[in-house]
Amino acid sequence: MKAIVVDDSRAMRAIIKRALIAEGFEVCEAGNGQEALDELNKNGAPDLALVDWNMPVMTGFEFIQEVRALKQFDSMSIMMVTTETESSQVEAALEAGANEYVMKPFTPDVLQDKLLMLGLAR
Amino acid sequence: MALGSPEAHFLRDLVYQRSSIVLDDTKGYLIETRLDRVARAAGLKDVNQLIHEARAGRMVQEIVEGITTHETSFFRDRHPFDALKEKVIPELLERRQGRRLHIWSAACSSGQEPYSIALTLREAFPQLDASRAHILATDLSEAILDTAREGRFKQMEINRGLPARLATQYFQREGMYWRAKPVLRELIEFKAMNLAEAWSLYPRPDIVFLRNVLIYFDVPTRKRILDTVAKNMAPDGVLFLGAAESTLNVDDRWVTEKHGPARYYRLPQQEKR
Ligand SMILES: [Mg+2]
Repeated sequence: MKAIVVDDSRAMRAIIKRALIAEGFEVCEAGNGQEALDELNKNGAPDLALVDWNMPVMTGFEFIQEVRALKQFDSMSIMMVTTETESSQVEAALEAGANEYVMKPFTPDVLQDKLLMLGLAR
Repeated sequence: MALGSPEAHFLRDLVYQRSSIVLDDTKGYLIETRLDRVARAAGLKDVNQLIHEARAGRMVQEIVEGITTHETSFFRDRHPFDALKEKVIPELLERRQGRRLHIWSAACSSGQEPYSIALTLREAFPQLDASRAHILATDLSEAILDTAREGRFKQMEINRGLPARLATQYFQREGMYWRAKPVLRELIEFKAMNLAEAWSLYPRPDIVFLRNVLIYFDVPTRKRILDTVAKNMAPDGVLFLGAAESTLNVDDRWVTEKHGPARYYRLPQQEKR
């Protein structure tokens, strides 16, 4: 299975990437929503995108809106992984088309658990 | 605190006397971690100082609660909740013909289990309001029951096992916490109860969640608890144990039933009890 980790923090990308590799994923990275969109357009959609909310150029929320407006990436699951933790924000992300939501900070078992919910765990 | 040390023996006896829970050597690391937490919370330097307090008769309740309370998550092991939704509750409702459904969460700890049951009811059986469904949630620890009753969960707890949609729909943010909305809380009654002592329940529970509890007790106590469960639950009721637990070699009257990966137990109907 393939995943893209979209976060402007390289350290955070590394943490998430390590957890995903442990779950058997092949992982690529992007530093913001636009980079991720370019990657999708170039190489097709992976099974899963893990998306930070606050990023320069294009936020995670904007990325979700862009992606969900296009039909060809519908099969890709999107998990928001963010420090934004207001109930209204979780709701807005889900409404925009995120499939799950992880609030930072989190432990690897939380990620694993959410993958199970999405039917993406081994 | 070395295993086999006088401190370890003292603690083992103390916890056994207060809760009938057997601390064997395999749980050494776990116990030390938990005791460390109890010591810090009380402003003590370390576990040794905590044991010193306990020898003087102080901090005993805190120690017992600290050791017997375990970490959990919403919808722990998932499958029992799928079985509830897809099989167990629909079957019971058909037989009950409108009578109130009673569910018992026997070691509810910080509340994730009874709230997960309440979420299952609200999502899959919206017709079951508080007048038609009742969840009794019990635990040894009064302190933890107070928290569970409030329905307040930390962000880390909400992250764990709870689908995001359910978090936004059934919980509201209150400062640092997420609090279960009344629509969940009104289904659950919280009560202190020590499973290892004599007890009885009325009305009889139709569904019993007794998960990851028996492992803490010695075999005679396990037998006694299962026997009391058998005497107290509805004759056609269903018992859920932890994923790694079984009635086998404890009380062989129980019959295993399966739904997908979920296992649960029932007593043969013809048996007089
Ligand atoms: Mg960021």
